[in-house]
Order: sequence, then C-alpha cells, then structure tokens
Amino acid sequence: MAEMTGAEALIRALEKEGVDVVFGLPGGANLPIYDALVDANSLRHILVRHEQSAAHMADGYARIKRKAGVCFATSGPGATNIITGIATAYADSSPMVAVTGQVPLAMIGKDAFQETDIIGVANPCTKYAFQPRAASEIPETVKKSFYIAESGRPGPVLIDIPKDVQQEKADMEFPELIKVRGYNPIIDADLSQIGKAVQLLLKAERPIIMAGGGVILSGAFSELQALAESLMIPVVTTFKGKGAFPENHPLAVGPIGMHGHAEANKIILEADCIVAVGARFSDRSVGRFEEFGKGMNIIHMDVDPAEIGKNKSVDVAVIGDVKSSLRTLVKMIPRNIAKKDVNDPWLKRRKELIDYYAETIKDYSRDITAKKSLKKLRELLPSDAIVTTEVGQCQMWASLHFDVISPGTFFSSTGLGTMGFGFPASIGAKAARPQVPVVDIAGDGSFNMTENSLAVSVLDNLPVIVFLMNNYMLGMVAQWQRTFYNRRYMGVHQHSCPDYSKIAKAYGAQGIKVQSSEELEKAIRSGIKSEIATVIDIPIDPEEDVYPFVAPGTGLKDMITGA
Amino acid sequence: MSTSSNSMINEEKTSGPLYILSALVEDKPGVLFRVTNLFRARNFNIESITVGSTEQADLSRMTITTKSDEKTLDQLVKQLRKLIDVVEVKVLDTERTVYRELALIKMKADTPASRMDITSFASIFRANILDIGKETIIVELTGTPDKIDAFKNLVDHYGITQLARTGVSALPRGTEV
Repeated sequence: MAEMTGAEALIRALEKEGVDVVFGLPGGANLPIYDALVDANSLRHILVRHEQSAAHMADGYARIKRKAGVCFATSGPGATNIITGIATAYADSSPMVAVTGQVPLAMIGKDAFQETDIIGVANPCTKYAFQPRAASEIPETVKKSFYIAESGRPGPVLIDIPKDVQQEKADMEFPELIKVRGYNPIIDADLSQIGKAVQLLLKAERPIIMAGGGVILSGAFSELQALAESLMIPVVTTFKGKGAFPENHPLAVGPIGMHGHAEANKIILEADCIVAVGARFSDRSVGRFEEFGKGMNIIHMDVDPAEIGKNKSVDVAVIGDVKSSLRTLVKMIPRNIAKKDVNDPWLKRRKELIDYYAETIKDYSRDITAKKSLKKLRELLPSDAIVTTEVGQCQMWASLHFDVISPGTFFSSTGLGTMGFGFPASIGAKAARPQVPVVDIAGDGSFNMTENSLAVSVLDNLPVIVFLMNNYMLGMVAQWQRTFYNRRYMGVHQHSCPDYSKIAKAYGAQGIKVQSSEELEKAIRSGIKSEIATVIDIPIDPEEDVYPFVAPGTGLKDMITGA
Repeated sequence: MSTSSNSMINEEKTSGPLYILSALVEDKPGVLFRVTNLFRARNFNIESITVGSTEQADLSRMTITTKSDEKTLDQLVKQLRKLIDVVEVKVLDTERTVYRELALIKMKADTPASRMDITSFASIFRANILDIGKETIIVELTGTPDKIDAFKNLVDHYGITQLARTGVSALPRGTEV
C-alpha cells in the first residue's frame, strides 16, 4: 500500500505491466497524467502530431511485440481522434490499451468543454471500455485492461479517466492476480474435435490450409509449418495472414482474396478439404459466402467461438488458441502415414497453377512499375526486415509482389483498411524492434494523411523507409472508376502536389526522388543504411492497375486477371 | 428492436419460432447499453427485453425474447457471451420454463354493458381491475404473451386507448438452473 495520485498509479501500473513506451499527446484533461510521466522510471513517451497516429503507432508496436501497445490522448477531440486507430486495431484484433483524459466527474453529462461520451463512442470498436470513478480503482483497471487486451482474441481496451480521478490521492494496492467473471477465453481445444479434424484431413485428396491473422497473433508459425509439412498440404493465406507462412516455401501459394494471387484463388476452389486456421472467412478473402467452399469439408480453428458459423457453416470447429490446437493436431497425425511426394497430382497442380499465372499475368513494359519496384525492394531488404503498408493500390501490390520470407514480419490495416495507417505503424514497429530495417510500402494518397509523423520519426530517432509508389492519384478509387464507372474520374487527382522529397527534407528527413530503376536501387540501399527517415518518391503510371481482381459481390471463380 | 411485445401477433417483421434467452449480467452502469448496442450493430431483431435484480446482489438478469432462425440465434448467443459484462447466457427450453409478462390495458368502458363485459372477461383471464371510471377501465393482466394477446383480441373492439406490456420474465422449472 502506498499513497499516490490516480495519475501516478496509472504510470506505476503501466510500468508493472512492462510497458516501455507510450505514444500520445497531452491536453487539458490528461495534464495530471503528463505530470506523473515526468517522474516515470522506465516509460518512454513519444509525442505524436495527431492522436490517430498515436493509436497506429501503438498498434504497429503491438503487432511486432505481440503485447499491448499503449497510447494517450486528452478528452473530447483528442479522444475522438484516436478512435480511428482504435477501430483499426479492433478490426485486426490487435492488442492495445488506450488511455484518455475525461472532464471531472461532476462535469460529466453537462456538455462541458472538450467533453465527449467516449465510452459510448468506443463501445462498438473496443473489447471493453473502463471509466474508473475513484483513483483507487486504477491499478486493478489497468491490470484487467492488459489481461483483456492481450488474451483470447486480442483487441483494444479503453481506459477513460476523469481529471479529478487522476488527481485524487488514495492508498493504492497493485493486484498481482485478477479475475474477470464474464470473460473466460478458451485456450485448449476439445480433443474430440481435433480428432475429427485429423480424420477429415487424412481422408482428403486435395487438402489446403488457409492461414489467417490468428496464426500471426498467436505466433503459431512453426506449428503451422509442421502441419503443412506433415501431410504435404499447400498453404494459402488470407491477406491478414500474409507472412504467417514463408512465401518462398515449396508449399506456399500466397494470399487469396479480392487482390490475392491468381494461383491461390484458383487452387482453393479445387480443394476438397480446407483447414482455416485463425481466419474468419471475410468477404474480402472468400468473396460470396454462400458460394465459397461448396462441396468441400471445412475445418475451422479459431480462438473466438463467435467466428464459428458467423460467415460460413463448417464441418469441424476447433475452438481454442491455434498454437496449442495445431500442436495437438500434428501430434495426432499417425507417424506411419504415407507422405505425398512431388509426383502427387495435387502438389503437381500447385506447381502448374503457379507457372501458368507467372506466364499469364504480364507486367507493364516501363522501367519502373509497382511490381518491379517491389521485387527490387525484396531483393535488397534482409529477410528479417519489417514491412507494413498504407491502404489502396500500394497495399494490394505489396500483397501480390512482395514475398514475406520471415514469418510475422509483415502487417497492414487489413480489416478496417485505414488510410494513413502504415507510416505511424511503421514507427511503432521500429520502436518495438529498432535493430531491423522497417519499411512502409506507401501510396501518395494514404501517406498524405499522416505524413506529419515524419517529425516523430526524425526527433525520436525511429528511422523508417517510406517506399512511396507515387501516382499522384487516389489510385484504387481511380482503378474502380476506370473499371466500373466508365473512366468517369471524380475526386482522385492530386495534381503533382506536394513534392514529397521536399516534404521529407522540411522535416529533416532524407527525401529521394528517383527516375530510373538504377536510382531506385541506390535509394533503397541508402534508406537501409540511413540513420534518419527516408522517403523514396517513386513515379508510378496513374493508369497502372492492380491485377488480378475479384470484383466485390462476386466469387473467387469470377477473378479478372487483366490478361 | 421492439421493446414491447406487440409484435407477438405482428408477424410481418419476424420469422422463426420464439426463443427465450436468460442472461446473467454484471449489475453496473452501461451494461444494458452494451447489450442493446450489440443487437443494433449486428442487426439482431428482438421481441422484448427485461432487466431486473436477481438473488445475487451484483448480478442482474436479462430476459430476451426473439423470433429467429437457428443460425441467427446461435450468433446472438455467441455474441452475447463475448460481452465481458455478460456472465452467462442460456437459451431456455420453452416447454420446461415458466415465463410471464404483465400488461396494463386501458380501454373505453363508457356504458354499463361494456363495463360488465370487460369485468367478466377480466375475471375469466384472472386479470385485475385497477381503475374504473365513467369513461375507461384499466386492467392488469399477467400471463404468457399468448394469453395477453388473446385477451387483447377479445377486448379490442371496445377500443384500447393505452397499452403497456413489460416484456417476458422467465425461470426454468424445478431444480434446473
């Protein structure tokens, strides 16, 4: 027991959770928290230029550390600004603890200055939102927040602390153990269900694994690889699952979905048994729910019981942490089982499809294209480099043309599709793992939304590379207007504004505008070595489309290859 | 969401059999908001919802009735269980459950004949007359939603001027919990 203020208790409780960095921006209603930060022992505070970026940085940090990222904002507009970042984390099941200041208790409900009912606003996009009403509740609230954010299916938790509660003094007790009565995430799956899954898999002639983001969240990389190799099962991923499995592995087929690899979209429809691991059958991945998976056996492994049967009815449901479920599943496969070899028709089919589409989907003839640039980036980056993306064409090009080799080194805003995510998230990732290069595969429209994070990258010594594929266009919208609206463009042109290399230089970062593939190569090498942030401005033809493409509302079989 | 259970006889917007869900939830501010917000966000249609205290001081019981297909019911239950303030959710077997709701019905009763009729219907339905004046009568009726519907249909032509129904409360029979 020790007497301290609510704000001091918050900082102490965060330190006890092992938090080493918080991303935030102060304001009237969280001043006591910032005052307590002055005396923090091990907490590094990173000042952002917009609260949305604070949440994205915490998110990027969390996706690499696989523990909750922390962000601070003040009440009212500060709190509403972080909501986009919180919703992004929620859609991608990323653990986060967001702490907002609130007007004093007596002012709540009086429409006070900078008052927002942020608990109400945050409800649909958080796992839980707390509002401690007494300082003494803060230690337990923090402990519960981290437990909820990081366990089960991870996600963001909000703690909204009224200013007078931050200032109030109390005897604080920091609990080591807490229990949340209505929250009991399942870890170990039902063995009989795993047994049924094994039976279906052994029977299957054309099995396929569809690995989703859950594999990355639970760090089940070696377990997934063990399953694939034990029965020689080809592996596709969802976009969120990209990098759950090494994309240069002889069983890898790449991401499926709206802008998935053509061979992946094709092969999954030819399978007779799908093992979906930590995936939720989203519309972007599988197209029309009712069409997908017809005539196939579906095994669904997920930690969230509510995902079972939500979008797709399945034959076997294995509910639990996928790392533990996969480990058990592999153990239950008989050792004397005859392995498929390279002459197996199904594995031959995988090879055949990859070769066919490598020939069919041609690149543009220009010296610099998205595909060529990304292949070059892959060639020059070490395999353990971390890569994230903005949202739009750049993101889909990254999915198609940038192979992730080291599992868990790629992430993107896949669920909410938040423009402006990539750059701040890459800074958060750099804070989590400073020893490796971090790249944001960007487009101009998306980078534009949070480019003021350059100040953070430069001043807080978190150098990242912004790989800016610049067509001065809201390219994905333009592609849809070109394809579905008869080239009737509206609201997509950026008119060569601004000059991104000058923007970079204005913040004290390195800005390089490249004109040729040689210059691009030099710029990438320079960025990897650089001790300050580097923006590489790469000209992309505004008519360059992303192919293949599964139009919304259609099925994977209706894929357009652009050939 | 319809908070009254009028839609028990109003079939056009609902489908499937009636299910009764019983949920134990934390008794603290904001829980009802979280539950109803979930129904709205996920497009779940419910017939009625009642909330009240239980035998345990820190828990409330929510009784929710819904007409839906099995797939939707399955999602509704799973999504409710996912809410951290929801401690337990059960789908009650209507055959082995007692469930009741209370209705207050105000109707025109401005002639001796109508007053007599309504009074005698009320006694058949074991309803209580709570208020009787020159113009109107208020009847209090407790029973299953069907019973209340039946009474309502019977007295409809006298002219119901106001109606308030509480929604369903339910408990499993015998030693079941």
